[in-house]
Amino acid sequence: MANAIETFELRKVYNETKVAVQSLTMQVGQGEVFGFLGPNGAGKTTSIKMLLGLVRPTAGSALLLGRPVSEPTARRQVGFLPEHFRFHEWLRAEEFLDLHGQLCGMSRVDRIQRIPEMLEQVGLTEVARKPLSTFSKGMLQRIGLAMALLHRPAVVFLDEPTSGLDPFGRLLVRDAIRAARDEGTTVFLNSHLLGEVEVTCDRVAFIRKGQVIRAGTIPELSGGLTRARLRLDRLTPELLAGLAQWANTVEPMGECEIMLSLPGEDRLPEINAWLVGQGVRVYALVPHQLSLEALFLQIMGGQASTEELTS
Amino acid sequence: MIQSLHQIGVITRLTFREAQRRRLLWIGLGLGGAFVILFALGFYFIYQDTVQHVSESYRSEAMRQASAMLLTAGMYVINFLIVMITVLTSVGSISSEISSNTIHAIASKPIRRWEIVMGKWLGFATMITIYTVLMSLALMGVVLIIGGYVPPKPLAALLILVLEGLAVLSVTLFGSTLLSTLANGVVVFMLYGVAFIGGWVEQIGVIVNSQVARDLGIASSLLLPGEALWRLAASCLQPPGLMGSITPFAVASQPTQAFVVYSLFYTLGLLLLGMWTLSQRDF
Repeated sequence: MANAIETFELRKVYNETKVAVQSLTMQVGQGEVFGFLGPNGAGKTTSIKMLLGLVRPTAGSALLLGRPVSEPTARRQVGFLPEHFRFHEWLRAEEFLDLHGQLCGMSRVDRIQRIPEMLEQVGLTEVARKPLSTFSKGMLQRIGLAMALLHRPAVVFLDEPTSGLDPFGRLLVRDAIRAARDEGTTVFLNSHLLGEVEVTCDRVAFIRKGQVIRAGTIPELSGGLTRARLRLDRLTPELLAGLAQWANTVEPMGECEIMLSLPGEDRLPEINAWLVGQGVRVYALVPHQLSLEALFLQIMGGQASTEELTS
Repeated sequence: MIQSLHQIGVITRLTFREAQRRRLLWIGLGLGGAFVILFALGFYFIYQDTVQHVSESYRSEAMRQASAMLLTAGMYVINFLIVMITVLTSVGSISSEISSNTIHAIASKPIRRWEIVMGKWLGFATMITIYTVLMSLALMGVVLIIGGYVPPKPLAALLILVLEGLAVLSVTLFGSTLLSTLANGVVVFMLYGVAFIGGWVEQIGVIVNSQVARDLGIASSLLLPGEALWRLAASCLQPPGLMGSITPFAVASQPTQAFVVYSLFYTLGLLLLGMWTLSQRDF
């Protein structure tokens, strides 16, 4: 599959001294929900801005849907919800969407049909005729999301879409991301809320100082390792020896509890079947994936101990 | 090409709507309308007085002079309103969108930076032109209806005033792509002030026959061809006999046609420069 986003040694230096993005090389496949992670000041927002033509790269190249980002036409099928956005607040909600629909080249007929649809999706139908100046922060974030997804973009960039939202708002953003993915939209998500990223993203990249340090699916990044906690009615040396065939490590945790480290989740049902076959009663078999937060700290060089790495 | 025109059109309509929503347009028209009414009343009573007190043989000439004088004075106010409204509406047009990050949602669309500048320029230019034409025609109409006076070159005066507005617009919008709103406002008004004083220095230079003063004045009007264009417009509004004294409404030294050509290039050049500077900026 062609890549939706491709960058090659993309670099941004401000005023010839301040390096915002060192050298960004990455690929995002079409239809992926991609999490872009890194500490503050890692160059995430600058990278997004270079992809969207807001900041001119100092060096390197980037393609959006196969076109160089320096061409405005590359952004025809791209949606963007900026981070610290402020919109023309004297516009009414529907006028605001109409403006952005026009800028994206949507036809009048298409806009008339799509705008009420999007207002409905983000729950703002009732305030369609109110000016944005009367909107709360959460409502603005929602209308921003509607703006970003209005023209059914092939790629959508969401820069901190859930910041400042209450749990309902976050759920709405999550649903919108899922809906977009189901329509085949590539979602590029920049978020500090790792829990959000964990539940929505297919793949993530960790960046620091404007360089991709690691990229891949979350299981890939955690080395494909899954940990599983088992609680059984008894724990005999034979059982432990038997379990050792399935698992990389077997650590007894208590009288009847053990923690297994496995190459993948798909072994769990087999282990369960084997245990039942041995006449063991299984009270619990709980997989523990390395949490994204733990991975983040590990990859970014945080002082995380192995214990903290499991959720 | 069609794509560009479409995007420019969207920004132009947005600019128009913003002026309307923020009530700038209505305040400008309201103030202008109030002034026209005041002017009409004043002119009417002066006319009545003149009819009563001046002997019949001399009346038509006196009326012609008074009409020319009052029309020029009135147009000076309109000229001032045009400059003020142009600067105040466009001073933060781009800079405020950059500082508030509003530009992020716009410039990330399939639009070129120059299309944004062009669209805004066209929006403001249309408003300024309509405003100038409406106000000038209203004032000239009052003078025609009450005093029966037709200035020597009404159309030329009108076009020059429009050009003045557009020149001020270009320099303000250019500043807005480069500076913060406040800095831009300070710079534009300073330029206007220098050109204004420079205009007077030039007038005095002509009267006291000082070449240095004249050159200084001309140089200052090259920075912002606002006041100089006004003087040219004023000379189109009154019969030649009236010129010569030093008032803002009279013209001892009027710019040449070359200055009009310079102003056209100035307007176009700064518009292009603004398009270029915005395309070089990072947001």
